[in-house]
Amino acid sequence: MKPPSFQYPFGTDRQGRDLLAVMVAGTPLTLRIGFIAGFLGVGVGAILGFVSAYYRGKVDVIIRGIADIGLTVPGLLVLIIIAVSIKEGLTVDQMAIIVASLAWLNPTRTIRAQVLSLRERGYVEVARLSGMSGPEIIFKEMMPNLLPYLAATLVNTVSNAILASIGLEVLGLGPIESPTLGMTLYWVNYNAALLNGWWWWWTAPIVIILVVFLGLFFLTVGLDEIANPRLRRAV
Amino acid sequence: MKADVLRVQGLQVHYHTPLGAVKAADNISFSLKADERLGFAGESGSGKSTMALAILRMIKPPGQIEAGEVWLDGLNLMTLSEEEMRQVRLARIALVPQGSMNSLNPVTRIKEQIADALTDHGVRMSKRQVEERVRDLLQSVGLRPEVANMFPHELSGGMKQRACIAIAISLHPKVIIADEPTSALDVVVQKQVMETLARVQKDLEASVILVGHDMGVVAQFVDRLGVMYAGKLVEVSPVRDIFTKPLHPYTQMLIASLPSLEQKGTFQGIPGLPPLLRDLPPGCAFHPRCPYAFDRCQTEEPLSREARPNCWAACHLLS
Amino acid sequence: MTTLLEARHVTKIFGGGLFDRNSIVALEGFSMAIDGDRPSITAVVGESGSGKTTLARLLLGLVTPTRGQVLYKGRDLQRMAHADWRAFRRDVQVIFQDPYEVYNPFYRVDHVLTTPVSKFKLASSKAEARALIEDVLKAVGLRSEETLGRFPHQLSGGQRQRVMVARALLLRPRLILADEPVSMVDASLRASILGSLRNMNLELGISIMYITHDLATAYQISENIVVLYRGSVAEAGDVELVVKHPQHPYTQLLISSIPLASAERTWTTETVVGPAGLQAAGSAGCKFADRCPFATSPCLQAAPPLFQTNRYRAVSCYLYQSAPALSVEEMVKAFAEPAKLSRVGSSGTPMTA
Repeated sequence: MKPPSFQYPFGTDRQGRDLLAVMVAGTPLTLRIGFIAGFLGVGVGAILGFVSAYYRGKVDVIIRGIADIGLTVPGLLVLIIIAVSIKEGLTVDQMAIIVASLAWLNPTRTIRAQVLSLRERGYVEVARLSGMSGPEIIFKEMMPNLLPYLAATLVNTVSNAILASIGLEVLGLGPIESPTLGMTLYWVNYNAALLNGWWWWWTAPIVIILVVFLGLFFLTVGLDEIANPRLRRAV
Repeated sequence: MKADVLRVQGLQVHYHTPLGAVKAADNISFSLKADERLGFAGESGSGKSTMALAILRMIKPPGQIEAGEVWLDGLNLMTLSEEEMRQVRLARIALVPQGSMNSLNPVTRIKEQIADALTDHGVRMSKRQVEERVRDLLQSVGLRPEVANMFPHELSGGMKQRACIAIAISLHPKVIIADEPTSALDVVVQKQVMETLARVQKDLEASVILVGHDMGVVAQFVDRLGVMYAGKLVEVSPVRDIFTKPLHPYTQMLIASLPSLEQKGTFQGIPGLPPLLRDLPPGCAFHPRCPYAFDRCQTEEPLSREARPNCWAACHLLS
Repeated sequence: MTTLLEARHVTKIFGGGLFDRNSIVALEGFSMAIDGDRPSITAVVGESGSGKTTLARLLLGLVTPTRGQVLYKGRDLQRMAHADWRAFRRDVQVIFQDPYEVYNPFYRVDHVLTTPVSKFKLASSKAEARALIEDVLKAVGLRSEETLGRFPHQLSGGQRQRVMVARALLLRPRLILADEPVSMVDASLRASILGSLRNMNLELGISIMYITHDLATAYQISENIVVLYRGSVAEAGDVELVVKHPQHPYTQLLISSIPLASAERTWTTETVVGPAGLQAAGSAGCKFADRCPFATSPCLQAAPPLFQTNRYRAVSCYLYQSAPALSVEEMVKAFAEPAKLSRVGSSGTPMTA
């Protein structure tokens, strides 16, 4: 239990582990949860969003209904219930899938909205008149124009997933064995580091979390600029 | 001889792009007399809208007014501060911008939008005086008094455009600049709106600059017509002269490209394409498409000269 | 005559039922047949709210009629088999108004040309496809080196629209519906694009339906004209008669409002006609009655039928009720035969045949 020094730049935790090593080991795990959940969420959301918006009718009503109802339910609560009901210890990948189970709801809605406006474009009508089928139009005409938007949605979903996973981990419902950022905070809490004055133990993960989110934010800003030509400053 | 109400001298507007400066308006000079209607016709990219905005100093970056003077009743607008210019806009020169009927505030009633214009210029009037002024303005543009309490979406396209004209004339300007005021309107409504503009001009004893791409509308309304091509003013003459004895080849070919209702098979296009403003040909900008071009046209840019009384054109054929 | 495409008593109402106050009657009881044997150029002219765009979309099968039928070679579009639809898509092509919207910004302009070639199997090899595309580009006055391989934003509006005309030409259709093809194109380029359409009609025997609000261009390239007002036909027939001697009060109003680019003042009379009010669906009477200076009580009670006032013209107005009445489906009987119009060069200059 040592404060930061030249030998241990971030200090050590109660068990004497070098916190810098813990951060280096744990950050990729947190990111991994975020990206797996993000890809799954946007992947499923994109498929449902495209199908729902292009074909409309009953399919649209069902998909949109499920997504809308799902979004009204408090997400963290659902995740807690799911996490609690798993008896054995969680792995990082299982964590990712739990978070992904709700991550597709918002992307479905937003992607559906984008596709709804895209399908009215002149070139979609021209494609229809040129003999293209529905799936062809979705993949060849609409999808390429949505790639920047999908990328931005992905990064957004990743951010949300990381936040959700940290929330679960802090409550102790995460992968106990793994040194993810959220789990570190759990141990911080468990050991009452705040009250004991071991400030370096909770400063490190919080700073790292802030840096991660800042990085994801800039990524989103950059992708937004690519997706929306009006934001670009060059002519 | 009537006095010049507005005089534009050497107006130059450049757009600064990463690929270089684009001359959107190049050395535009003309004068507008009192009670006169002056029109500017040209195709897309000719610089007419840029010129209209530049006169009011409403060019935004990356565009910039590089040079030129705009004299309004003896006052050079280019030397004014932004605050002084704000006072001049609407009060002395008003603009009916392109697509203005779509820029009306959808959540505000018409009377409030007119009143806003008045209060913005520091006009102090009691509530009743404002209402009276609004009613008078609506009447002068041919709108019923009930329109004052309506929202823009309750009005038709023509009515919205007339409301925009009412806003433009609310402070009795001496110069009204109308940029494509009827472009989205049907032919019958278009005529009504232009008649409204004519009536308004007569009531205010103002001068009008009409900018448009529809030669027909411009020709039927104005006394003098200026033709713009690739950012330059290639000809300015009275309407009668433009159509009976056009001086510049572009004017001749543009008139020939307009379909007539008299005879079939008479309209023909101008071969080639209008030039990209950032890649203008050397010499005269029109020479690649001009059937009368000779060697001087490829190297030297023609200057505008008075070929006949009050008829100006920039073409080497005239020298 | 074998009919290629026919609208039979087609009515299209948007929003709500027939008597709903909020519904809009875009087109009412419209009938027109396009001859499959003799290629023709017909103009359908109207202002906004006339129903002309709705008509185009109905004839293309993009929209279904509320009442009536659209028939392709005698078969109702709503009941056609898949194979018939493919034949329909080959025979009837369209050119839209906006040369910007119709291009997918992700692809080069080649995409709009190669897609129909592959979907309709117009060529058996890549080389053949390329040759075919180069041919149609040349036919509309474009050079393939300047056009292919470029992205839409690198071409001008006029070039883009010409590529669309080339695309329509690829399939060698029997009929091209051109919906305001030049209204977003510069004036100096309009003549050549319209000239291409006329050449396609004269040389390749393709029928053209030119839908526009611009009476002047309609007059220049068409043989026959149908004037629409608020979803109904006001006047139809030989374009020379209708434009030079308009009989329907609406047509007269329309023509007198057109500003001519000339030294003479054509806008002489102050417009006395009031603005168009909103008419609820299902109300009887002539659609123009509320603005018409000649309206009398019969005009308000029932919409007038078409009266054939001349071998080549029909007017829907009670002023001419002494002329024989024409049923709506027979409107095309008032159309003139196409005269021997001269061939138009690629810059639009007329050349003697």
